[in-house]
Amino acid sequence: MTQRNTLTHLDWLEAEAIHIMREVAGQCSNPVLLFSGGKDSICMLRIAEKAFRPGKFPFPLMHIDTGHNYKEVVAFRDKRAAELGERLIVRSVEDSMQRGTVVLKHEGESRNKHQSVTLLEAIEEFGFDACIGGARRDEEKARAKERIFSFRDEFGQWDPKNQRPELWSLYNARSHKGENIRAFPISNWTEMDVWQYIEREGLELPSIYFAHTRPVVIRQGSIVPVNVPLMNGELTNLPKAGEEIVDLQVRFRTVGDISCTAPVESDADNVEKIVLETATTTITERGATRLDDQTSEASMEQRKKEGYF
Amino acid sequence: MSTQDKIEDHGLLRFLTCGSVDDGKSTLIGRLLFDTKTILADTLSAITRTSEKRGMGAVDLSLLTDGLQAEREQGITIDVAYRYFSTGTRKYIIADAPGHEQYTRNMITAASTANLAIILIDARKGVLTQTRRHSKLASLVGIPHLIVAINKMDLVDYSQETYEKIKADYLEFAAKVGIEDIRFIPLSALNGDMIVDRGDALNWYDGPTLLDMLEVAPAAHTEHDEPFRFPVQYVCRPQDSANPELHDYRGFMGRIESGSIKVGDAVTVLPSGRESTVKSVQLGGVDIGAAFTEQSITLLLADEIDTSRGDMIVKTAEAPAAVKEIRATVCWLAETPLDRARTYLIRHTTRDSKAKLTGIDHRLDVNTLENLPADKLAMNDIAEVSFKLAQPLFVDPYLENRGTGAFIIIDESSNNTVGAGMIL
Repeated sequence: MTQRNTLTHLDWLEAEAIHIMREVAGQCSNPVLLFSGGKDSICMLRIAEKAFRPGKFPFPLMHIDTGHNYKEVVAFRDKRAAELGERLIVRSVEDSMQRGTVVLKHEGESRNKHQSVTLLEAIEEFGFDACIGGARRDEEKARAKERIFSFRDEFGQWDPKNQRPELWSLYNARSHKGENIRAFPISNWTEMDVWQYIEREGLELPSIYFAHTRPVVIRQGSIVPVNVPLMNGELTNLPKAGEEIVDLQVRFRTVGDISCTAPVESDADNVEKIVLETATTTITERGATRLDDQTSEASMEQRKKEGYF
Repeated sequence: MSTQDKIEDHGLLRFLTCGSVDDGKSTLIGRLLFDTKTILADTLSAITRTSEKRGMGAVDLSLLTDGLQAEREQGITIDVAYRYFSTGTRKYIIADAPGHEQYTRNMITAASTANLAIILIDARKGVLTQTRRHSKLASLVGIPHLIVAINKMDLVDYSQETYEKIKADYLEFAAKVGIEDIRFIPLSALNGDMIVDRGDALNWYDGPTLLDMLEVAPAAHTEHDEPFRFPVQYVCRPQDSANPELHDYRGFMGRIESGSIKVGDAVTVLPSGRESTVKSVQLGGVDIGAAFTEQSITLLLADEIDTSRGDMIVKTAEAPAAVKEIRATVCWLAETPLDRARTYLIRHTTRDSKAKLTGIDHRLDVNTLENLPADKLAMNDIAEVSFKLAQPLFVDPYLENRGTGAFIIIDESSNNTVGAGMIL
């Protein structure tokens, strides 16, 4: 009798994610990997290295920049792409605003959902037939039902009632011209898995994931960072009249558009402490930190139907 | 020291829950998530609000598994949803499929990746048609372990007699279907008895709790020896002129569907039949020497053999059958019925072949479990059929090897996945 081998849960998740990335590379002719500089997409890059080294990645990296990203994250994004020697494409929501394809309701409106427009424009510009993204099913109820290979029509729309059946690990990435596939290699990972993987692999992260002191206000029960410097030195998220600014020790659990990402109070200044904090937290990742998801219980589903990844 | 050095890791178990809302399936899942502390405070307060809005006294844990807007409006589950929890020693993925007859395809989908199924029975109702249907489907999809959970024991006064009667009925049926590894457990998902905690209402039951059963259930591929099967997904040829070491690098990338491989093993590449030996086993460009089932790796061979996506590398002594005709159990998934005149695409491992139906042996009536004559296949139908293939496929019987026994059927005009097949 030979010895039975079982993969640890992280090894299993990693092997599945590598398999999914290779399926995209094998089935699609022009894929792209969405890389924001956030923790999930940082894991995705490590998975891509394990999947394709010593070769180059069979896809470029792309970031849809809202123009309202934390400068630490933008700098990290550029540094990481350069270290890997992979091509990074950046397309900006501000360019879409100039073209008139994105119209904000008011100047302070979150640009997060408008990323969909810029993403679709970039897909058309480069003729991408697949976008690999770092979304996870544990993040949100609509995502729990989305396929690993998710078909989107010409308008980038997800139709939750008309998804392709997905059985075993036999993925169907076929699409007609103009349609495309969104592939999610870390669908089966939880926030905890991501942090454990970061710890195991010793992955570097943008500094704002770790406890640091920053000026914030408390707005409707959420911690809202204020006076956040952008890449061009301008300050954004200015406090409203009458709000009291306090210096608080915080870290970010998710990183996105400044206008809709809130930090949590924490003194976890290294990955091990974050893993322990994640194990004992009482608030979900998005519940704690995504101001845009609180608007309505179904808001992620709505955004996905409109082309969001 | 890393936090991961402190705890044992018993890998990952994927399981499926079968039953309808009436059996308390959503409540059971909610209970598992709640009692393993997977449900966080804000989610709990959201469902508490919804429970109050719907005029319910206690918190309705089944609300945790309501996914999409349409489902929330209709109060039913319409598609497979995946849930996650962890006990610290093991990670779990639950595939939650709706139980109704018209959702046969959803159950097959959810079952395809599961290694264990929990069949829920309402203690007041006993073994029903749907219990038999779920059990048959689970066995058809090759799920090796079943837990029959007799729920709502609180509504039958926790009666041991009721439990024993249902168990005997089920065993009689299971013997006919040929299901082997079955465990039984009495529970109350509503009150949390015997799920994570034992409670004090079922003291006559001295077996393990549901979670204890899950903690020790074997993970996939750990139970018997399997031949080495390595479908090639992608070929890596860096051709980096700056690095002479990489000049001749030719890595065959894929995931091991079954078996194990190490440096020096004699292998054959299919379909060419060319033989070689393994020069290197790599992960991310780093030598790891050997690898086993479910690992995604890169193989380098000692000889230069022309190999591309869709080929399969196997150990020379244990090659699978190369076939141009297959007999299989097929579940039809699409609203458009199977068209006998049309050519479909079969995707098997990383290989595609055009295929044409040559015959339908019979259809399975999922309620009576009888085989009936059939000349067409509509959505949710399950039948034994034959296809002829344009390209040879390298197959094993599904019940021996899920990785090389499974295929999907694709409609080339819509690109939709229209069928799921298991080779006989």
